Amino acid sequence: MSDLPFILFSLVAACAAIMVITRAVPVHALLYLVVLLLSLAGVFQALGAPFAAMLEIIIYAGAVIVLFVFVVMMLNLGRTDRDRERHWMAPGIWIGPAILACLLLAALCITLRALPPTAGPDTLVPIGPQAVGIMLYGPYVLSVELASFLLLTGLVSAFHIGSNIRGTGTATEEA
Amino acid sequence: MSAASPTQALLLATILFATGLLGVLARRNLLLMLMSIEIMLNAAALAFIAAGARWHAAQGQVMFLMILSLAAAEAAVGLAIILRLHAAGRPTLDADTGNRLKG
Repeated sequence: MSDLPFILFSLVAACAAIMVITRAVPVHALLYLVVLLLSLAGVFQALGAPFAAMLEIIIYAGAVIVLFVFVVMMLNLGRTDRDRERHWMAPGIWIGPAILACLLLAALCITLRALPPTAGPDTLVPIGPQAVGIMLYGPYVLSVELASFLLLTGLVSAFHIGSNIRGTGTATEEA
Repeated sequence: MSAASPTQALLLATILFATGLLGVLARRNLLLMLMSIEIMLNAAALAFIAAGARWHAAQGQVMFLMILSLAAAEAAVGLAIILRLHAAGRPTLDADTGNRLKG
């Protein structure tokens, strides 16, 4: 059972994902999202991708979650949101779809298990950062440039959207 | 069972993607919808990593980097829009009230 860490990481990830989308308070959902990202980093490590695992921890669980926490702290969310979400998430509504979805998942598991194993490598060989870097700056250097364009576009649009928040606030109050 | 890890990872990616899709469809809180989109992006990244592990190719992690930059840009723009909506005097983060946008 060399797969035991992988199965544990997968179980934690699935449970954390379900907990994220069922929390009524955004901060609680954020805590479960951090758990989900860390367990996914473990899954990546178990799949032989240590570079992706470290990036998952540093960028996702570090930067993106800090951004979310920052916005949750800035917004002063009221009680009406929480009550409305609780009303939407009444468990009686969701029992039937959840049972049907679990049946579908079981059918998917059985189907995947019944597939004949394709010819492939028997053992997972880790692909280190060196191979990824050579690939990234060799044949895929154009997509690196495109990613930098994307990040620059995101920076500019976030700056533009958030530039005159104060102005709109006072305009709404005056109107 | 030791060689079946990419298959199991694809199964986990399916579960995560379905969960994130359910979150986007069922929740009305804008912050939680953004978090569900992050879950779906992570599921796609996991599928790429699993495929890369299955075929011993580094291209899976290259695509993971692309998804990572996409997720960073998406989170920045989405959270900026949420802040803008909140600053415009909207008392709630309900996505159903977004049909009164203007300008």
